[in-house]
Amino acid sequence: MEYAIRATGLVHRYGKQVALHGVDLACAPGKLVALLGPNGAGKTTLVKLLLGVFAPQQGSVQVAGGDPRQRATRQAIGTMLQISGVPENLTVTELADLFASLYPEPLSRMSTLGLAQVDDLARRRFGQLSGGQRQRVLLALALIGQPKLLILDEPGSGLDPASRRALGELIRAQRERGTTVLLCTHDLEEAARLADEVVIVDRGHIIAQGTPRELTRSLPERRVYCRTGLSNADLERLPGFCRVSFTDGSAEILVRDTNAFIQALLTADPALEDLSVAGASLEDAFLTLTGTVNKEPA
Amino acid sequence: MNTIVRFDQTPSWQLIRSSFLTLWRMPAYALPTILFPVGFYVFFGVILNPGLAQWMLATFGTFGVMGTALFAFGVSVSTERSQGWWLLLRAAPTPFAAVLAGKLATVIAFSLMIVLSMAWIAALFAGVRLETGQWLALFAVLIMGAVPFSLVGLALGMWLSPNAAPAVINLIYLPLAILSGLWIPVSQLPGIMQSLAVWLPPYHVAGLALHVTGTQAGPWVQHLSALLVFTMFSAVLAAVAWRRFKGV
Repeated sequence: MEYAIRATGLVHRYGKQVALHGVDLACAPGKLVALLGPNGAGKTTLVKLLLGVFAPQQGSVQVAGGDPRQRATRQAIGTMLQISGVPENLTVTELADLFASLYPEPLSRMSTLGLAQVDDLARRRFGQLSGGQRQRVLLALALIGQPKLLILDEPGSGLDPASRRALGELIRAQRERGTTVLLCTHDLEEAARLADEVVIVDRGHIIAQGTPRELTRSLPERRVYCRTGLSNADLERLPGFCRVSFTDGSAEILVRDTNAFIQALLTADPALEDLSVAGASLEDAFLTLTGTVNKEPA
Repeated sequence: MNTIVRFDQTPSWQLIRSSFLTLWRMPAYALPTILFPVGFYVFFGVILNPGLAQWMLATFGTFGVMGTALFAFGVSVSTERSQGWWLLLRAAPTPFAAVLAGKLATVIAFSLMIVLSMAWIAALFAGVRLETGQWLALFAVLIMGAVPFSLVGLALGMWLSPNAAPAVINLIYLPLAILSGLWIPVSQLPGIMQSLAVWLPPYHVAGLALHVTGTQAGPWVQHLSALLVFTMFSAVLAAVAWRRFKGV
């Protein structure tokens, strides 16, 4: 099988600081893959290597069947970067025409703008657009060359939840059309909702890769919901307890040994109400795998 | 499937267009770079010293192209580089040489606007009369003179932050213009400043412009050689700055 993205043994250093320690990544074509990781995990460095901005210091990269350092390879890739610095006094039309000129078989301007739902903004200058509109225009620029692979670095950052969700739907629609998508995101809920596959990066290593279901099923943790009169300190003493958060007097407790915990919980608080148990979420998987569990305030 | 690509759909044309429009629509750039040299020429060359109108056409013309080149490259390169636009262009399949060529074309377009308006004013209001060949030679010298300053601007844009760039460029631009005799003829400057002028590139651009217009016959071989050396030096400077730039 030909991979849409194939990286082997990627090492990248900034001076003495190692950003990537031998990363191996393989993504099958036609999938939407979410790349998750805490800040400073190496996501952006990895993206720059996949886009050919950096040459690999060690290891190798193949994307869309070629070397991203070659212009011809990048003509099969569309990208949105975290910071784009688009000149604010160019109009959406002018930007679309510029990007169309970079690709061998560009979509027509209007159909690209339509795909990203910005056709009504064609005459506006980039600087006059709202955050959500800007991100959609940038998505249009990424789509104009009819890419086989989309690499999107935090496309939803800084957007309100509604715009973010709308952008997510547009990205998902590209995946439905058969485009491979690599989506770097902080938003775990978005990753769980959109992605076929999740890759978790932490401190320069890829620490997990699988479908959201595989990642959460492999966890020993479960979520226990209830209304209880017990305090934080009381709960912490129970066997199998990991962490708890309270909303409106109802507790959401992450536990490891569910049976032992619930038995102890019922003994400690006979007046307990509304008890239910659910599987761990992708967020739990992420926090557990990246070892950030204990840093979260209870 | 080979379709014929119209020239306005080529990256080169699109990059010239976007680079030009970006600066043209930026009043903080477009107004001073065009109005200052042309306005100074009107004031000093046409109103105050009508006898020097032809002489000042060469020197303020040099002043104009030098400013547009230094600022167009220096400010736009530092801004586009640090705000991520260059990164996006690099991640996209942009032929990067065309980005720089687009900026040079923009500088040439602005230079022509400056020089042609000065020539028009000179001919119409100051009675400056030149042969067609002399006019063309003047434009050619001034446009060629923009090249080394573009390279210096590129190097400065690679090194400086967008906040520092305009200030640093002004610190270079204005003293260089005065010491090269662009505002007041070198012969009227104090002796020590006169001996300094021959080391400054704008002095030689202006010298060449004065020579080809028949305003003041000068050592044109020296002027031309000095400019070639300066252009090569700025090309090396720009290349060094470029190599330090790792794309982010």
